[in-house]
Amino acid sequence: MARVIVDVMLKPEILDPQGQAIARALPRLGFSGVSDVRQGKRFEVELDGPADEAALSDVRKMAETLLANTVIEDFTIHVES
Amino acid sequence: MSAARVGVVTFPGTLDDQDAARAVRLAGAEAVPLWHAERDLKGVDAVFLPGGFSYGDYLRCGAISRFAPLMEELVPAARDGLPVLGTCNGFQILCEAHLLPGALTRNQGLHYVCRDQRVQVVNADTAWTAEYETGQEIVLPVKHGEGRYVADARTLEALESEGRVVFRYLGGNPNGSLNDIAGITSEAGNVVGLMPHPEHAVEELTGAPSVDGRGFFTSILKKLVNA
Repeated sequence: MARVIVDVMLKPEILDPQGQAIARALPRLGFSGVSDVRQGKRFEVELDGPADEAALSDVRKMAETLLANTVIEDFTIHVES
Repeated sequence: MSAARVGVVTFPGTLDDQDAARAVRLAGAEAVPLWHAERDLKGVDAVFLPGGFSYGDYLRCGAISRFAPLMEELVPAARDGLPVLGTCNGFQILCEAHLLPGALTRNQGLHYVCRDQRVQVVNADTAWTAEYETGQEIVLPVKHGEGRYVADARTLEALESEGRVVFRYLGGNPNGSLNDIAGITSEAGNVVGLMPHPEHAVEELTGAPSVDGRGFFTSILKKLVNA
């Protein structure tokens, strides 16, 4: 049993109006010193077996095919310990 | 000869399929209902992917629909030249399925926009726009929250230089689309996607202020009859 985390973020050049709205709200709430916020998605993928090379390769395929749209999004994968 | 047959696809959460079928019938073609779960295009001559919120827009708009059994038939058929039109959610699905380049993202202003939109027909050579004049201005309803067209600089440049931008917003960009792009076409010109809704602008009674959407359906009908 292992848990693999896939983080999906809009590419840096893609406008993120939701992140901008959050960034604009923060000073109103008294949080200062924030220059930017980007919003993304986190997927927690529970595996039946260990997070070996084959399993991680499958998760990568999942991310490329479905979890992220690589036209506008980047993803990173890591195993949660 | 028998009427041209235009398939109208319904996914779970599709909203505009009845209007789409009605617009097809008003133009004089037969509307053939196509169900997302069936691997069967029923021998149609063209396909219309209507708007709505297929699969609740879960994950990304169109991301799940792209893998519906029907799409396994539709994608290769479109690559082989089958005329396909996608409006709104249908456009999002065509981009997710990589039948059209780029993607549709959250409106720049974050608001859902519902209004009558002036649109310019930039390319009147596609299967779905041949009955318009190049440069013609039409009015169509828009209604979406995620219609901001984006693509990388190289793709944008290719779309512009190859004349594949089919529609551009006039009188104010409703969503922040790059280059005011409202709709694009595939390299072969058989696949067209746009955010505005021609199927809601085909009748005097409900199409106010225009019936400018009729040209999509007369275009495809003429093409199929002449084929």
